[in-house]
Amino acid sequence: MSRPPEIEQTGERLAVRTRGLTRRFGSLTAVDHVDLAIPRNAIYGFLGPNGSGKSTTIRMLCGLLTPSAGEAEVLGLPVPREAEALKHKIGYMTQRFSLYEDLTVRENLDFVARIYCLNTTQRGTRIALLLDAYHLEHMADQRAGTLSGGEKQRLSLAAATLHEPELLFLDEPTSAVDPQSRRDFWENLFRLVDAGTTILVSTHYMDEAERCHRLAILDHGVVRAEGTPYRLMADMAAVVVEVQAQDYRQIRAALRALPQVLSVAQIGARLRVLLNREAADPEAMVHDALHRAGVAAEVAIVKPSLEDVFVTATQATGRADGAAA
Amino acid sequence: MNRCFMRLFAIMRKEVQQLTRDRLTLGMVVGIPMMQMILFGYAINTDVRHLHAAVADAARTQLSRQLVADVQATQVVDVIRRVQTAEQLRQLLDRGDIAVGIVIPRDFEKRLQESRRRDGRTAAQLLVDGSDPIVLGAARGLTGLRLSQDTDRHEPPRVPLFEVRNFYNPERRSAVFVVPGLIGVILTMTMAMFTAVAIVRERERGNLEMLINTPVSSLELMIGKVLPFVAIGLVQVTLIMLLGMWLFHVPVSGRVADVYLAALLFIAANLTLGLLISTLAQTQFQAMQMTIFFFLPSILLSGFMFPFEGMPRAAQYIAELLPLTHFVRLIRGIMLRGAELGLMAGELRALAIFMAVTMAIAVLRFSKRLD
Repeated sequence: MSRPPEIEQTGERLAVRTRGLTRRFGSLTAVDHVDLAIPRNAIYGFLGPNGSGKSTTIRMLCGLLTPSAGEAEVLGLPVPREAEALKHKIGYMTQRFSLYEDLTVRENLDFVARIYCLNTTQRGTRIALLLDAYHLEHMADQRAGTLSGGEKQRLSLAAATLHEPELLFLDEPTSAVDPQSRRDFWENLFRLVDAGTTILVSTHYMDEAERCHRLAILDHGVVRAEGTPYRLMADMAAVVVEVQAQDYRQIRAALRALPQVLSVAQIGARLRVLLNREAADPEAMVHDALHRAGVAAEVAIVKPSLEDVFVTATQATGRADGAAA
Repeated sequence: MNRCFMRLFAIMRKEVQQLTRDRLTLGMVVGIPMMQMILFGYAINTDVRHLHAAVADAARTQLSRQLVADVQATQVVDVIRRVQTAEQLRQLLDRGDIAVGIVIPRDFEKRLQESRRRDGRTAAQLLVDGSDPIVLGAARGLTGLRLSQDTDRHEPPRVPLFEVRNFYNPERRSAVFVVPGLIGVILTMTMAMFTAVAIVRERERGNLEMLINTPVSSLELMIGKVLPFVAIGLVQVTLIMLLGMWLFHVPVSGRVADVYLAALLFIAANLTLGLLISTLAQTQFQAMQMTIFFFLPSILLSGFMFPFEGMPRAAQYIAELLPLTHFVRLIRGIMLRGAELGLMAGELRALAIFMAVTMAIAVLRFSKRLD
């Protein structure tokens, strides 16, 4: 009513909209003036190292934490004011397995279904559907505590989507599962998006981030870059040069001396060098530097990866050697 | 938004499912009462002072007043009331207002003279709440009292000054006195701990992080978790009463329904305390520590172990804040004196207030927010 019409419109198109969202814990600013516009019906990723503010942002969007400043609107509802109404529309999958280990798979799903007030018929059909979709049928009467990491994760996802939420929050969902389970898990996520769900996922895995429709790279509570993975890689403020040689110790020292070099990281038998765009001909520049140092090496410009984008975005403030740690 | 009792039942259902799989807790439900019963089945005796007493003086002579003054001087009793008849004393005793009643008959002086003779009668009578063996012992000590203004000091009386009439526990068995209070002690120990641990466990295992993201309200969560324990508490009450009757022949003089009503209120008070503890403790271990922190003063100050009257004033004030103090009075009144619940409305009110206050603080403290 008293809201500006502009917000009402964006509320329709966007799943999440924040303006200057900030959260401080004492003297630490965990989330620092974050502006987000997350479209519906897509997978949106928060990529960032531990402590970058991913979880804090998600918790504010769920209404679990009160922002210190700024505002957030989730599915058209202002949070944390309308948090309780929002809870019927969202699903949340915690980083740690948070269902009951001493209940069976079916009992856990039944409990969650009752919590969302599904009636007997709805419960029956939804649980049967989910047991089938997430391949949990044959372990339906097994205690959740005895499941493997991947099985627990499937159960968690089934529980989080039982009430068919419009928006699904996943907090580092695949930190405890093997690569095959992770692939299957993402297949499930795409199926959910096809069915109309919006998914917000926080991660620090590049391969996971790469699968998202859109990404925000978070570092120290600040959004350093935002966009589709493709655009992020295309628009990256750095050039990637790969070096193949014998003695990397000497090469590193030579490259670090160059002011244009942002980061040097060893990946298998190659060195991946990030240079800022000031370098006119980065390939020649690296080549010359190595030649001066008296090392023979193959140098080639390669396509940037998301990790390169991540390193560039989070290390933009100063030069650092990525492989040093 | 429509109220959804389904959520409440969902939590209760889940709690029962978990309980049936939790062998340790189930073992404690039965094991603690059995163990305590055997441990406390024997008496704990101690010195008693300042028992509440009332006097029915029918003689009204200088000598009878002297007798009362001398009894007071022993400090064993404090005369708080003066009444007309022995019957009125009996009523005060029934209500638990006094522990000792002093009856001085009309012919006190004559009886006093007679007491010097071998076949003489006792000059006066003590009515004693014998359900407490410690009180009874103290009262018996008074029988050896000699009147300070006795006319003939050289010829000691051959018959004790007082005849002791022991009410409620004619056989003077400690177990009769201990068992009813034990119901309260066991409930204090188990109820608060079970609930506190049940909620803190959800936090420790991360379940709460999932729950706070669902539409479950704090109140639904708390009540849903607590109600199954009410049933467990009532099972324990039954178990202790049956064991008491079977092992120690403890009588239930009052109405059994009154026992359960009083127990129900007391269980509720302890469960809300458990809820409050659960909002303060971060780990199950902390929750247990806090329960014990509360349990110790309860068992020591409530009058279960040592008579309330014997404690310093400060300790008595603290004891009044503990639910066990009120429950011990209630349950002894019902089981041993056959008192009706209505006679002890004050104790019921105290329990209800304790419950309301702890519940209010717990609900306020339990937030679905993380900050």
